[in-house]
Amino acid sequence: MSSEHSEGFPKKHIVGFIASIVLTIVAAWAALSSGLPTPWIITAIMVLAVIQACIQLFMFMHMTETDSGGIQVGNMLQAFFVAAVVVAGSIWTMSFGYSHNHDGGGNDAEMENHEDMDH
Amino acid sequence: MSADTDLTTGPLEYRSHEGRMNILGFWIFIGAEVALFSTLFATYAVMFGRTGDSPVPAELFELPMVLIMTFLLLTSSFTCGIAIHEMRRGSLKGLLTWLAITLVLGLGFLGFEIYEFVHYIHEGASLQSSAFWSGFFLLTGTHGLHVLLGISWATLLIVQLRQRGLTPVTSRKMFIVGLYWHFLDVIWIFIFTSVYLIGMVV
Repeated sequence: MSSEHSEGFPKKHIVGFIASIVLTIVAAWAALSSGLPTPWIITAIMVLAVIQACIQLFMFMHMTETDSGGIQVGNMLQAFFVAAVVVAGSIWTMSFGYSHNHDGGGNDAEMENHEDMDH
Repeated sequence: MSADTDLTTGPLEYRSHEGRMNILGFWIFIGAEVALFSTLFATYAVMFGRTGDSPVPAELFELPMVLIMTFLLLTSSFTCGIAIHEMRRGSLKGLLTWLAITLVLGLGFLGFEIYEFVHYIHEGASLQSSAFWSGFFLLTGTHGLHVLLGISWATLLIVQLRQRGLTPVTSRKMFIVGLYWHFLDVIWIFIFTSVYLIGMVV
């Protein structure tokens, strides 16, 4: 009736679930408490997100099952390639050289003053 | 399809060519959804920092709330996986129980998201208040609508599963809803990381 790996205890799901929870907590810690430089934090948490996405795709969604598994993997690789190009390309063309002038509360007040003067 | 494809064993949802093609087709749809969400992520990223007079994200984003939402959705993705596992063991009761738990967790997530949106709007960050918040609400709102659609779809399927039991057709439908639900979690992982975590750091 069922294929062998789906009998009994859902080990793969439980391992995947625990890994997801751990990765989420590590990402939150890296972002807010690690004290690393911002570019490192962004790189690290994006890598953790990709690992988590792979857990979903391979451990929960059975992406490689049946003989169309190869097509499914190829299709998702293509989709994520398109996504990376769209996001990175948009940031590069639209935001390259743009600086954020309101990182902290102090700068905010400055911005508001500027606007007051303008009006 | 290759000649060695065996339609007489294995999970019910793979027992017909039609079922297999439906599932492959849904994978291709998910690929298109990834591309759709990438345009919303790109818009959000480009609008990042362009808050004008409205509050900046670091003022409004709160880690405990975001973590609760993330854990609700992560857990629901896990319980959905268990539901499919039960289905493959031939247990309709197990499937329905775990699917119901999944939907309750999904509703919990939606409840928190609506609370969050209302809270932000009260604080002066709405769809109209700045380019940044437009991008934010468009991205998270589209994800939220997908969750709502997933809950409605799975609810209708529960009715059908109760009427017809586990057949190759209902199993295939259930497997596809499962794929959709896991996909929503994949998108949320990237929202959690690139919207909330980066929004609290930068």
